[in-house]
Amino acid sequence: MNTNAAQTVIAGNANATDQLVTPVKYRFMERALLSCAGVVSLLSLVLGGKIWLAAVLLVAAYASFRVIPQSRLTAAVATGVASLLAAYVLLGQVNIAESRQPLGFWFQVIAAWLLAWMCVEQLSAIKTLSRSYAGLLNIIIPVLFGVWLLLLWELLTQGFNVPQVLLPAPSLIAERFVSSPHILWADFQQTFLKAVLIGYAIGCGAGFVVAILIDRSPFLQRGLLPIGNLVSALPIVGVAPIMVMWFGFDWPSKAAVVIIMTFFPMLVNTVAGLSAATPMQHDLMKTYAASYWQSLFKLRLPEALPFIFNALKINSTLAMIGAIVAEFFGTPTVGMGFRISTEVGRMNVDMVWAEIAVAAVAGSLFYGAVALTERVFTFWHPSIRG
Amino acid sequence: MSDLLSNNSQQTESVINVNNLSLTFPTSDGDVHALSEIDLTINRGDFVSFIGPSGCGKTTLLRVIADLEQATSGSIDVNGMTPHEARLARAYGYVFQAASLYPWRTISKNVALPLEIMGLDAAVIRERVRKNMELVDLAGFEKKYPWQLSGGMQQRASIARALAVEPDLLLMDEPFGALDEIVRDHLNEQLLKLWAQTNKTVVFVTHSIPEAVYLSNRIVVMSPRPGRIHDVIESNLPRDRELSIRETPEFLTLANRVRDGLRAGHSYDEVA
Repeated sequence: MNTNAAQTVIAGNANATDQLVTPVKYRFMERALLSCAGVVSLLSLVLGGKIWLAAVLLVAAYASFRVIPQSRLTAAVATGVASLLAAYVLLGQVNIAESRQPLGFWFQVIAAWLLAWMCVEQLSAIKTLSRSYAGLLNIIIPVLFGVWLLLLWELLTQGFNVPQVLLPAPSLIAERFVSSPHILWADFQQTFLKAVLIGYAIGCGAGFVVAILIDRSPFLQRGLLPIGNLVSALPIVGVAPIMVMWFGFDWPSKAAVVIIMTFFPMLVNTVAGLSAATPMQHDLMKTYAASYWQSLFKLRLPEALPFIFNALKINSTLAMIGAIVAEFFGTPTVGMGFRISTEVGRMNVDMVWAEIAVAAVAGSLFYGAVALTERVFTFWHPSIRG
Repeated sequence: MSDLLSNNSQQTESVINVNNLSLTFPTSDGDVHALSEIDLTINRGDFVSFIGPSGCGKTTLLRVIADLEQATSGSIDVNGMTPHEARLARAYGYVFQAASLYPWRTISKNVALPLEIMGLDAAVIRERVRKNMELVDLAGFEKKYPWQLSGGMQQRASIARALAVEPDLLLMDEPFGALDEIVRDHLNEQLLKLWAQTNKTVVFVTHSIPEAVYLSNRIVVMSPRPGRIHDVIESNLPRDRELSIRETPEFLTLANRVRDGLRAGHSYDEVA
């Protein structure tokens, strides 16, 4: 290190004492990714890939290698633009349905993908003190990652002519998405806005209230907790048909399944959270002659919040799963689970994937909303204040 | 205890009376005698320190006064009431070994906590918080959260919280034990000033000899197994003291008496 620096300074010659040039330091990943990308695009030339595209990839790899010491951002932009351009060209090529693509095509896919990897790698390595810049990077990096996952999926399914029933290309799923918004919206309304949200609210609310009731009674704590445990172990495929018999075909039976699934995690976590305060904190409330409710609201509930939010997060995903699976056991002709089970039967796999996409996005947003609320309420907790 | 020896020039009215008090904790290995036949009187305006090695029951005795533990036998009264009644009447402020501030409350909200529990008016709370934050030199930090302050500042906030109740009696359980020497000296000085200004009765648990001698006008030396009072030393130091008093011969004589008392109370290997 030191000798390296010294050499650079000597090489820099004049004004060497004023300007200490930091020695160029490549990380292993950068060398590996860029040299692989270079070699692979060279090979694609021989194996029947587009010549100009191979040249673009090669130049981008070399240019970003040279520019890394000056600016990681420039390197990231160069590799990112080149990889997206290559993906666009390659997608055009695969769409002009030749039955088989030459090996050079696949080498160029690999090279483009390596450059995209390099781009994300460079973006992740950028160190910045600006919060808005860091926030922007935190969005761009996963988006680029996701986009490239979809691109590879599209290229592979189309390039290898994968049967639609096994795995439809993202473009087909998107087409289905755009062509049937009414069905998707109706299903979303039935399953998410009714069964999931209502069941979640009742299940979590009941778990919380019962935890408070249990807290004052050791008898209930010993008697009810094991039974609650039993209920949570009930298999959903057994419970769902029974709920349909009790509450009918429409959403209330699905909400009931969600309630059963979400109740227990909330109960257990709240009970654990209520005992999280330390003996010293309890003694403190005792010296103030605080009543049960005063120490509950001013000490024990705030202390329990991290536990409660844990349950809320776990339950947000459990509720989605519960509502969708419950619809397999009898529904009116609407709902995400109903659609999935019938469209699978009709071999309309693109519709199934469209529903899966809706479920994934809705579930992630739901979870994200709960996690954001958690940050607002437990800003003081060591895990969040950072 | 003899009231005549007390340095206190004011009326020698007793605040805490402990008579033949014992406390035993039952454990699976047999009973542990935490306190044995304690007799002690603490007068209004006293600054009394309990000093002794770990396990001598000094904290337990303080907790009995605060009604956080209950005696097995003997009697105790605080302000003429049982400790239980005194606690319900909020007769004392208690400062724990750790600041124990609630991290979800700002410093001023933490100081306001006992006042909210007492159900005081918002205006009264605001005024008392302001006054006591100033008293412990924390004005300007009202909006900070506890985790943003140093350990010494946190402990000062917890003292302000205990003072905000405006008790005549202040019970302090090794409040400065976790702080470094410089901060501890500074807080000791402030505490003495506070005691002089407010004329409160302070019961202070410590295992530091200089701290006990510097702060107190009476030092209760305790010894372990079973926890008992070995000696009560009256201090003849003036009520107004500077930190420099610790170099005077009078101070050193007192400190030596305390040290001898501690040594006599138990064998050396138990000191650890």
